[in-house]
Amino acid sequence: MAEVTLTGITKRYGNDVALNDVTMTVPDGSFVVLLGPTGAGKTTTLRMVSGLDTPDLGTVTIGGRDMAGLMPAQRDVAMVFQQYSLYPHLTVRQNLEFPLKSPILKTSQKEIDRKVGEVGEMLQISHKLDNKATALSGGEMQRVSIGRALVRDPAVFLMDEPLSSLDAKLRADLRVELKSIQADSGATLLYVTHDQIEAMTMATHVGVLDKGRLVQFGPPREIYEQPVSIYAASRLGQPRINVLPAEVFGGAPEGARTIGLRPEQIRQGDGEESRVERVERLGDQTRLHLRFKSHDIVTVTDAHTELKPGDRVKIRPEKPFYFDASGARLA
Amino acid sequence: MSYSITEPGKGIKWVAGILVVCYALITIAPLLWIIATGFKSGPDSIAYPPKVVFEPTLEGYVNLFTDRTRATSDMLEAAGPPETWYEQIARDQGTVITGASRYGERFLNSIIIGFGSTALCMILGTAAAYAFSRFRVPLKDDLLFFILSTRMMPPIAVAIPIFLMFRNLGLNDTHLGMILLYTAVNLSLSVWLLKGFIDEIPVEYEEAALIDGYTRFQAFYKVVLPQAATGIASTAIFCLIFAWNEYAFAVLLTSGTAQTAPPFIPTIIGTSGKDWPAVAAGATIFLVPVMIFTILLRKHLLRGITFGAVRK
Repeated sequence: MAEVTLTGITKRYGNDVALNDVTMTVPDGSFVVLLGPTGAGKTTTLRMVSGLDTPDLGTVTIGGRDMAGLMPAQRDVAMVFQQYSLYPHLTVRQNLEFPLKSPILKTSQKEIDRKVGEVGEMLQISHKLDNKATALSGGEMQRVSIGRALVRDPAVFLMDEPLSSLDAKLRADLRVELKSIQADSGATLLYVTHDQIEAMTMATHVGVLDKGRLVQFGPPREIYEQPVSIYAASRLGQPRINVLPAEVFGGAPEGARTIGLRPEQIRQGDGEESRVERVERLGDQTRLHLRFKSHDIVTVTDAHTELKPGDRVKIRPEKPFYFDASGARLA
Repeated sequence: MSYSITEPGKGIKWVAGILVVCYALITIAPLLWIIATGFKSGPDSIAYPPKVVFEPTLEGYVNLFTDRTRATSDMLEAAGPPETWYEQIARDQGTVITGASRYGERFLNSIIIGFGSTALCMILGTAAAYAFSRFRVPLKDDLLFFILSTRMMPPIAVAIPIFLMFRNLGLNDTHLGMILLYTAVNLSLSVWLLKGFIDEIPVEYEEAALIDGYTRFQAFYKVVLPQAATGIASTAIFCLIFAWNEYAFAVLLTSGTAQTAPPFIPTIIGTSGKDWPAVAAGATIFLVPVMIFTILLRKHLLRGITFGAVRK
């Protein structure tokens, strides 16, 4: 339980800039999700905090303490690796015990057994505790690797796409489980994903990374409702925000190059006419693929709509986002 | 017709089986010959055509472990009747035992020098291979090539400089000298082999251990070493076999205290006629340690046990 700050972090690997002057404060007890495509610098950020890599420039602090020159073991962080990284020569139980038996923690065997049992239960791997780590399915390995972090009580949890290879049901369960563990324990958690449902449901804060830069940092609703740029706006929202030339609807403010429309920013039954191209019924919602003045728009409509391809729908923007030529949002 | 890639047909299996048996016969035959010769009597060992069926005797082994002299009637009288089975065997050949031969101590020298240099080679080799594999070493490629280049000529080509060096350093005919020499010769092989094995161990395991509260050395010890066991075992066997069998340097650099078994075994021939059974007995016993060592490490030679808990 600690606040984590990154100040002016820059990291290069050869000629590639992995992180470029990243500054952010992860408040104590918050659940911060880092969003961004592959290569945006999400994993590198975790490595900076964990101490597996050191920044070329800038400082990292955990709980107010400067981490410069400290080994990962001295930083009191737990990490879930994207590649699981279970110790293949050990059993599941030994894997889970490994951090507790470290020279730093030296937990009593009774305490170890209790914690391992607890975590095994929670992650539904109790029946596999005495298996070799290599004799597990991908999803089971991932759960063990989450468990290896959860047995500890570190200052910060770092998780690199921990739910990526689980099936949908288990993923939904663990999402809730992780969120409640974090909320109950008050642990600080830095979490990397490119699943926006995870970001929206679990995060207290979202950091949007683009090519090594932190472009926006704030609560998920704020990122969703007040994105700073097209890039940030397109990180969240399903279906994705529609980006069209600013003048297609008229009424664009000066300097606007493009207009951004989320489904709820498109009012149906009023305004200008568009043609229905495709109707996707997803059950709880129905997506409309519209053709509007040679532009494609995807929006959501009533689940039981009678619309079919070829029909005409009137649409008009409602409180849309406008972006300038560089992609930044006009306030 | 059903066809499968993994399961070869019956015919192929038979051919493969026959080939393997032939290969085994070719490699095992000389070994069996040596072992058999060790149990033959002197005349049987040089009989032509060779005797496959013969009356086994321990003559060779007795001759190997003892020094004897041709018995005169005075000596027989002085010695009295034979007290032990091996004295009896010596008497049957018309000799009396004057003492133990030096085979035992030569054999012990081989053990000390062979296993000593193998152990040293593994410690240094693993450390160097780990460093080459994991750290940014300046001029890494050049250094690795230099290490390999020490094996590009036969080691014996530098025998004379080494001989002079050893003489000046007082390492001639010492256990330490031979251990250092065999370690130096084997180190390049072990660094290269072990680097290959360590390269295959994903670095993520160590990173996980670092996060889990271990120091770099503890991570190496607890996570890398157990997974490198396969590589270390097979490399150790290579190093041991080289050091164990080495003949030329042993002849050149040892004579008394540190002489190993290989240069000693041929000297058995000369002591009393051509005593092939004793030579064969010496060779047979000489084979045993390497055989035991290999069998003990056999489990680790099977690869693929420890790989696969990192998603690629």
